[in-house]
Formats: sequence, structure tokens, C-alpha cells
Amino acid sequence: MSIVTVQLGQCGNQIGFEVFDALYSDSHCPQGLCSKRENEVYQASCKERFFSEEENGVPIARAVLVDMEPKVINQTLSKAAQSGRWKYGQHSCFCQKQGSGNNWAYGYSVHGPRHEESIMNLIQKEVEKCDCLSGFFIIMSMAGGTGSGLGAFVTQNLQDHYSNSLKMNQIIWPYGTGEVIVQNYNSILTLSHLYRSSDALLVHENDAVHKICAKLMNIKQISFTDINQVLAHQLGSVFQPTYSMEGSYHYRRNPLGGFKDPALYTSWLAPVNAFNVWKTQRAFSKYEKSAALVSNSQFLLKPLDTIVGKAWNMFASKAYIHQYTKFGIEEEDFLDSFTLLEQVVASYCNL
Amino acid sequence: MTQSVVVQVGQCGNQIGCCFWDLALREHAAVNQKGIYDEAISSFFRNVDTRVVGDGGNISKGKICSLKARAVLIDMEEGVVNEILQGPLRDVFDSKQLITDISGSGNNWAVGHKVFGRLYQEQILEKLRKSAEHCDCLQCFFIIHSMGGGTGSGLGTFLLKVLEDEFPEVYRFVTSIYPSGEDDVITSPYNSILAMKELNEHADCVLPIDNQSLFDIISKIDLMVNSGKLGTTIKPKSLVTSSAGALKKQHQKPFDAMNNIVANLLLNLTSSARFEGSLNMDLNEISMNLVPFPQLHYLVSSLTPLYTLADVNIPTRRLDQMFSDAFSKDHQLIRADPKHSLYLACALMVRGNVQVSDLRRNIERLKPSLQFISWNQEGWKTSLCSVPPVGHSHSLLALANNTCVKPTFMELRERFMRLYKKKAHLHHYLQIEGMEESCFMEAVSSLSALIEEYNQLDATRSMPVEDLPRLSVAM
Repeated sequence: MSIVTVQLGQCGNQIGFEVFDALYSDSHCPQGLCSKRENEVYQASCKERFFSEEENGVPIARAVLVDMEPKVINQTLSKAAQSGRWKYGQHSCFCQKQGSGNNWAYGYSVHGPRHEESIMNLIQKEVEKCDCLSGFFIIMSMAGGTGSGLGAFVTQNLQDHYSNSLKMNQIIWPYGTGEVIVQNYNSILTLSHLYRSSDALLVHENDAVHKICAKLMNIKQISFTDINQVLAHQLGSVFQPTYSMEGSYHYRRNPLGGFKDPALYTSWLAPVNAFNVWKTQRAFSKYEKSAALVSNSQFLLKPLDTIVGKAWNMFASKAYIHQYTKFGIEEEDFLDSFTLLEQVVASYCNL
Repeated sequence: MTQSVVVQVGQCGNQIGCCFWDLALREHAAVNQKGIYDEAISSFFRNVDTRVVGDGGNISKGKICSLKARAVLIDMEEGVVNEILQGPLRDVFDSKQLITDISGSGNNWAVGHKVFGRLYQEQILEKLRKSAEHCDCLQCFFIIHSMGGGTGSGLGTFLLKVLEDEFPEVYRFVTSIYPSGEDDVITSPYNSILAMKELNEHADCVLPIDNQSLFDIISKIDLMVNSGKLGTTIKPKSLVTSSAGALKKQHQKPFDAMNNIVANLLLNLTSSARFEGSLNMDLNEISMNLVPFPQLHYLVSSLTPLYTLADVNIPTRRLDQMFSDAFSKDHQLIRADPKHSLYLACALMVRGNVQVSDLRRNIERLKPSLQFISWNQEGWKTSLCSVPPVGHSHSLLALANNTCVKPTFMELRERFMRLYKKKAHLHHYLQIEGMEESCFMEAVSSLSALIEEYNQLDATRSMPVEDLPRLSVAM
């Protein structure tokens, strides 16, 4: 059961590298704290999922790298190749010369249609290498132009062409205090489009990860590499194979009973169904014991509400709108996005 | 990776341009130790095989053979351009990329714009097309000129319309030197106002700079250098005004120091597009983030550090000082007071070993003292480029779209009206074919409209910051 990863834009590619690196490091970690056989099965399962084999034995990441300008992809490719442990496929990249300029409309309406065929071809090639495709993992940021706009476009395309496969989008929520001034516009446009075509949105907030680096890890001068590595570590622990009843490594559920506090659950789902636990003997990345929690909760309500609010304020003054209408995203499209997201906010509120 | 073409017009434009190319070579020489022609260099330079007769075939990869600047040099007098072509930079410029005349524009915008514009339109188009053909993916034109004279002001702005028509997809970034109050060209207010109209209508982004600010920066540096404080030695290459290590070894001319500052501005502006970093910022992102409304595209720039002291270890405190300096009036390239006006947007372009946590810490620290417009409270655009400028371990360029440019424009309008009311020197302009009094009136209205837009935004300062009522949806 393989996953094909699509890394989009600077953020997507920088994180993608760290994720594959974390997965590789973990699966080859000597201190598995389990039996040798278990370890081998674990390794094989992980490898199958994320890497394909090459003749000389160097695993190749099952990934397609997309960016509208070449600097980051070049860096990512060489970092992977330099490590000597794994690498990206030679022909797995799609690159252009001029970026999207932080403009969602440019990423979605210009780059998308223009490069649709090439990008989908690359993805198709990667899919064909898999014995059994379990789904797509798309890594992108919401604040910029390529990850957000082109990412939304590609996800939509994946929905059209591979409707039976799961699509999970890893989206990076930007820092509250600007990285990009139009990040709120780009975010609401991205979210509203992804809502219609993605199966699951896994969210990481830069602010939250930054706090982890600062408070829990005590890093003094936090760089994006630090942030991306923490993120990759979290993702890695979620993705790694788990033990199942049958004794072989599959990603199966193994209900153990969950948290006892009823306030954590919604009224329409019994706790035993709402809480799934996957357990594995094999330690993750040198930690003796570790746990990862993935939840669908009201946790993201406040950040979502904040972003919608700020975008709305800006929209009311019509600031920057001319930059979007230039490339075919009209005020109506903005209004549609706002409407959809207000509905999502209201739905979460009503829980 | 994309390419940019520099169009330097008039005496001022060409002198600054010359400094720019000198420093650009110095920067790339420092970064590119192996002499391989890479994408970073290709953004401003072509690699030409000089053995080939004629145009010199372009070499896209491999060792550097001969670098040619992606530049078009225009001047209606021969003095400055000739000097460049006889100086140490002569091989950097393609002799076919020049347009010169002998008579000069006589500090008359109308001569530059109407007479020479008409005369040289074809040639200009031809040279621009040629330079565009040499580019794989042309992203931006950088126009350098002054506002107060005749050629830079008149012909320089004539160019803008040509560029807009011929290359509509390519950004037009204009670096404009505005005349100071004590400018010795009497008609500079006329020239400036007439040029402003063109900038309003045809430029994507303008970086206004005034000579007085540049002069003040130099004085500050001189003071520091000559103060002889015990134990403080300044690294010579690090002076933002110096061309140490550059090709021009002869004695620095009076304006050289000032021009170097502007050259450094352009280098830093493009650094994140040329070099790698953890958070890149391309040139098209500048316009996207800093121009909320098409007319309001005037950006106040400030550059730090102006020099680096010789100590090697840079404690965090020093780094934070750099951020504070960027918001101090001493480092601005135009005289204005952003701290007491309204920010519409602000960009911080950082170079060197600075990480995202340093950025965030300083933004948090400085935010309370700055007033941002209600709908852009977090109006920060940031970029981190790993490659520092020559002689420094890190640097910061701040670009602000701030209503503080309004007083500058109002003052310009004042000076214009003082002359115009008396009809002083008007006949020099009106005798040019195509010039009428209406041209002047239109130019002033254009400026007044711009000032009014800033006024309206300023008016929102006194209003309380409220969230607007959101859409309510039926469930």
C-alpha cells in the first residue's frame, strides 16, 4: 500500500525533504526495541509505503516535486542526494522559471491550467510504480502562491482523476503575524477549494510548532529547518506502520479503549468508535515510548475564525483585490470562499 | 530563475547605474568562487563568448567567459556614457546597448520626453527588444533616473509607457532621485511634477530617494569613521558607501559615495530572488504584497547596517539593533516620518545568518511603536536570504508603503505652484511641440489625486479599529 507524496512550493518541498528523511532515519534506526523480525517487517512496510527500489539499492522517494521557480527544488534534490541514504527520482520534478508571486490567483488560474498535463503526467508515472496505491499526501503552505494556489488546483485534479484514492493535504498555517501580507486571502481561497476536493486536511500551525521549538526544545535561534524537522517528526510518527492482530505490519485499527472523559466526544458518536488507537511495539526514532495524537476537534476553530475575520476586514476595504482580478479571481470567488468557510465555522461551533 | 534588465537614463541614472554594476560584480565575485556561470549571475549578466565575432554568442552554462551587463544606457549628452566606456567597466557593457546624443535636454522635461522621445523611440524599442531576447525569462525592468533634470526625468518617463506597451507582463521598478529643496536646477519642480504623472500611471513600483538623505547618511558615516573611538575600527568593505574591492580603483568622485548607497539598495532588493534562503522573496512578490491599490506604489526604503565594526562575534543585541535602525530616520533614503504616519504595508528583507525566530522577536518588539492601517494590522512581508552582502554578516532592507510620502509630495507641489503662478520659465516648455498648459494642469491634478488617496487613508487613523460584521450563514 503506497503513498505518493506531492510537494508544492518552497514550504512543501522544504518540509517534504524533512519528512522523507525522518521516515528513512526511523526505519533504519538501530534501537527498535523489538525483535529482529519485527524490525525487518517494519522496515519493509515503511519502505514499500514511501520509497521505491532502484538497481543499486538506494531508495527513491515516492514523490513528485513541484515549484514554479528552481532554487528550492535544486537545493532539495542536492540535499537528498548528498545524504547518500535516499534520494528523489531524477525525473520527478516539475519546475518553472518564474514563481507565483504570493498570488493565489496566479498559482491557480495561470500556472494550474498551463502545466496541468505535465504535472499530472509526473504523478501518473509515480503512481504506476506502485503495486497498490493507497492515496496521495500533498504538502503545501496556505500563505504563498504556488503551494496554495497550484496546490488547490492539483488537489482538484487528483479528485477528478483518482477519485477512488484518498487525498490527504498537509497544510501549513502561517504565523499570525505576517510572513506574507496577503496570506489571509490566500488561506481562505485555499481552504474553501480544498474543502471541496480533499478527503482530509492535516494542519500544522507555524506558531504552534515555533512554540514547541522554543518552550519544549529550548532552541535559542529557531530556524525554518528546526521547525520543519519537528513537523516531520510528528508526521513520521503518525505515518509509520503499526502492529495488527494478524501479526504482520499493516495499518490496522486495534481498539484499546480511549480517553474516559465524555466531554471530549460528540453526542452522535460512541466513544469506542470515535477513538481509534494504533499500537506498535517498534519504537519510533530512538524514543523508547512515544504517542501521537491526530484529532478532529474544535481546536482549529479559533485560528480559522481569526483568519476569516482578518481576510474579511481586508476584503471590505478592497485592498489588493486588483492583484487577484488581474488573473481571473473575481470578488464573487472571494465571496463564495467566505460563505463556505463561515459555514464550516458555524458547523464546528454548533458541536 | 528570471532575469532583469537595468535601464539607466540621464547623468544621474548612468552614474548610479555604473556604481550598481561595479558592486554587482563584486558581490558575485565574492559569492561565486568557482567562476562558473550560474543562475544567480545570469539574473543580471550575460555570459558571452568573445571569440565569436559579432554579437558574441550567449553561453548559458560552464565557466565564465566574459560577462556583459543586461543594461541599456541612455543619455542625451555624451560625457557620462563616454567616461563609462573608457573606464574599467568598459568591457562589461555591450557597446550596442547605448543611445546617446550630443545636445542634452537642457534640464527640460519636455525636451527629454517629447523631442528625444519621438526621435529615439524606434532605437529605444530596438535596444530593449534585443536585451529581452537575450533573456530566458525576463521578469523585471529596473529604471534608474532623476526627477529634477531633463533627460532622466523626461526621456526616462517616456520609456515607461514604451515598456508598458511593449512588455506588459514585465514589472517596471523605478528608482527615482527626487530633488531636494535646495536643488540648483530652478525648473526641477516642473520636471518632477511632469514626471510624477508618468510614474503614477506607468510604473509598478517606485522607490523615491532624495539627495539630502543620502548626504546625511554619508555625514553620519564620516563622523563614525573619524571619531576614532578607541577600539572601534570599521571594515572598509562594509561601508555602504564604499566601492572597496570593486573595479573602479581611482579616487572616488563626490557623488560616488551617495550612488553606492542606491546601488546597495538595488542589490539587496534583488538578493532573495538571486540567492537561496529559507524564505525566498521574488521580485513579483514585492509588488503583490506592498501595493494594495494600484496608484499607491511609492515605497520608502531604509538600509542597515551602514558599516560593520571589526569585531567578529555578533551578539543577538547587535542583531536587534539592526532591526531598530531600519526604523530610524537616519537610515532612510528619503526624508519622511513613517513612525508618525500610517503603514499600509511593510517588507523586511533580511540577508545573512538570521533565522525566523530573530525576525519574529523583532517584529513583536517594534510593532507597538508603529501604526498600521486597520485592515492590515499584521501587514508584514518577510524574507530570509542566506547570502549576506560583501563585508557584512547580515543586513536588512526595509520597504514601507506608508502615508509619510504625502508631505514630500505636497512640498513638491508647493514648489511647483510657486513657480507656476508666476509663469516663470514656462515658455521653455511651451515652445516644444506637443506641450501645452494643460499638460501642467493634468500633471498637478494627477499628483493632487494621489495626495487625496493618502489623505483618505490617513483619515482612518482616528477611527477605532473595529471588526466589520461578518457574513451570517443559514445552517
